[in-house]
Amino acid sequence: MDVRAQTSMMFHLDKCIGCHTCSVACKNIWTDRKGTEYMWWNNVETKPGTGYPTKWEDQEKYKGGWVPKEETIKLRVADKASTFANIFHQPHLPTIDDYYEPWTYKYSDLFDAPAGDDQPTARPISLITGEHMDINAGPNWDDDLSGSTVYANNDPNYEKLTEAEKQALSELERLVFFYLPRICNHCLNPACVASCPSGALYKRGEDGIVLLDQNVCRAWRFCVSACPYKKTYYNWKTGKSEKCILCFPRVESGQPPACFHSCVGRIRYFGVVLYDADKIESIASAPENELVERQREMILNPFDPAVIAQAEKDGVHFSVIEAAQKSPVYRFVKEWELALPLHPEFRTLPMLFYVPPLLPVLGHVENGVYDVDATDYFTSLDKARIPMRYMASLFTAGNEEQVRGVLEKLLTVRMYKRAEQVDDIDSAQVEAMLKKTGLTAEACEEIFRLTSLPTFEERFVIPPTHQEYTAELTVGDPYAFKAEVGVGGFKGSPERGW
Amino acid sequence: MTYDDLLFGVFPYLCIIIAILGSVWRFLSDRFSYSSLSSQFLETRQLFWGSVAWHYGILAVLTIHLVGFLFPETILSWNAEPMRLYVMEATGFTLALFTLGGLIMLIVRRFSSSRIRVVTSKMDIALLLFLLIQVATGVWTAMFYRWGSSWYAMYAVILNAFLLVLIVPFTRLVHFLSVPIKYIWRPHQIVRWNRRSPIIGA
Ligand code: HEM
Ligand code: SF4
Ligand code: SF4
Repeated sequence: MDVRAQTSMMFHLDKCIGCHTCSVACKNIWTDRKGTEYMWWNNVETKPGTGYPTKWEDQEKYKGGWVPKEETIKLRVADKASTFANIFHQPHLPTIDDYYEPWTYKYSDLFDAPAGDDQPTARPISLITGEHMDINAGPNWDDDLSGSTVYANNDPNYEKLTEAEKQALSELERLVFFYLPRICNHCLNPACVASCPSGALYKRGEDGIVLLDQNVCRAWRFCVSACPYKKTYYNWKTGKSEKCILCFPRVESGQPPACFHSCVGRIRYFGVVLYDADKIESIASAPENELVERQREMILNPFDPAVIAQAEKDGVHFSVIEAAQKSPVYRFVKEWELALPLHPEFRTLPMLFYVPPLLPVLGHVENGVYDVDATDYFTSLDKARIPMRYMASLFTAGNEEQVRGVLEKLLTVRMYKRAEQVDDIDSAQVEAMLKKTGLTAEACEEIFRLTSLPTFEERFVIPPTHQEYTAELTVGDPYAFKAEVGVGGFKGSPERGW
Repeated sequence: MTYDDLLFGVFPYLCIIIAILGSVWRFLSDRFSYSSLSSQFLETRQLFWGSVAWHYGILAVLTIHLVGFLFPETILSWNAEPMRLYVMEATGFTLALFTLGGLIMLIVRRFSSSRIRVVTSKMDIALLLFLLIQVATGVWTAMFYRWGSSWYAMYAVILNAFLLVLIVPFTRLVHFLSVPIKYIWRPHQIVRWNRRSPIIGA
């Protein structure tokens, strides 16, 4: 056993209102520079939809993630030999058009246009070339199902659905959508790190944050192809790749990342979990339908004395173990088994988990009046408008029972609270659901509390960084770490080379 | 000292020394600027035809030249038999045309795509032109000075070649100094510990 701490995340999709505050917070801090205009380290997409970049989930197109090979796994994009063969031109690299061409408007025309009969207009101009352009794609072009004939209908997860199910999803009365906010998953088996020939990407040992060292990056751009979530981005201006840094400067000073901090719906939870690093390879190579369970298995119980002893032996500071004990992510993922990884079949062992949305059941129209069956409202999953198969394609590599199990638990909590607060549900029915899902009344109460009423400190449990230990290493030679942190070297301004 | 001494005895060594010192200096002082400066993200079709032909071609041609440069006897004794000489010449010539074709494509691309123009520096153009002169004169030598590969050298080709060596540290050519050979043997995953041991390079 090799116990390590991983900074982990949980997004509660039932709470996401799709306001994009997170995206804007991130953009304002990190990606407001030339060459990064098109990057959204945090993006929120409408599901069903094709997402950002378009059809990122389709690995036939992008070749991201890992695939099984004999007893173990290999990168889908290239093995080591083909890395060198494809380095001069990468067949599966997304281009700017798979995201969108960033633009602004030529506002000066509003003031400088010569007098005439027409109102002057500010025409869109490309932020890359400065030339006039026609906008035909943009961030969240398909928000709230707009253009769904093009976007929703081409959702890669639709492949798992029957024709009838697909048809039904585009009927006006059945339309349904939810939001999927995405950042880098800070994976335990990151494909970005593994694919970089220069070794520019790395995982931080102490907290598991995955970073990209731009002084080592040589723009071979394999990370962009290899990340199945398309969360590494190529800066066309500087000639270096970039990615979400989990706001490590904020985390190191005890603040949650900007997208977490600013989240209006308070859907985001942040905390460490302890895991067994010896199991990474074997679990990433597990059969597809076991991936979710096995990944959960890898997360260790921070209250178990044996785990604590081993963690301390492996150099995990006690304050980090304490933080793991208070981690809301641990509770949702491991204790209550409510949160699931996104597309576990990509085999990167993502450490951002999602509580899937409990979407409204299907109503019916009678005499021109839309109605939902009130008695069934809280009980029927089979009438949910999004087929279970779709959810399974997103969160459990196709295992429908697993998503159903999670959704049943969420329903049980609602029924339990409804019975308590409104008292219009038969208590026998609640008892039956508790029995079926294995939840206790106390667990329901705690899930309810941590879902609906958590304080800032309960949502974000950030372990101390212990800068004092790092500082200690420099005793004797204060310059020992020069050029290893921050922007190093003699000059080190992040500018494009000659 | 004759001009010949100066051009072929001093200049090449000067170029090599400046190239080495310059590259080291650039690596130490401005590591960020070491990059292949890929522009595939903005334009991929033309790059495929240009970059693949160019790189496969130039790397093969350079390897053959390097062998000829380091072990001239090997090449000469190989070429002693006419049939082998023909094979050598034919292969060399095909490779050279491949290289030249790729390079022309790269140059066309630099000018024809408006997105690519945005990421084209003056140095990029200068470099592509230097390379064009080099490859074109090389092909020309091979064509009109039968049989070129038995010749030790052609003046212009050699001088321009050393000029190219000289400008390596001042152009994007530094990218081939960072060929990531370490990838072949390093483990896939990389973990950097802040506390366990100092992080030296990567
Ligand atoms: C094994 C070594 C090499 C590797 C791995 C390599 C790789 C690359 C890569 C990835 C690019 C960027 C292509 C893109 O835009 O995506 C590039 C561009 C370029 N390389 Fe190389 N290269 C190597 C050797 C060389 C050599 C030996 C030369 C010349 C003597 C050379 C000349 C160039 C030039 C001129 C460009 C710019 C092409 C353009 O966009 O106009 N490369 N190389
Ligand atoms: S989500 Fe992508 S970029 Fe982030 S760690 Fe995983 S593989 Fe790397
Ligand atoms: S964690 Fe920070 S860098 Fe990453 S997406 Fe959120 S705001 Fe952006």
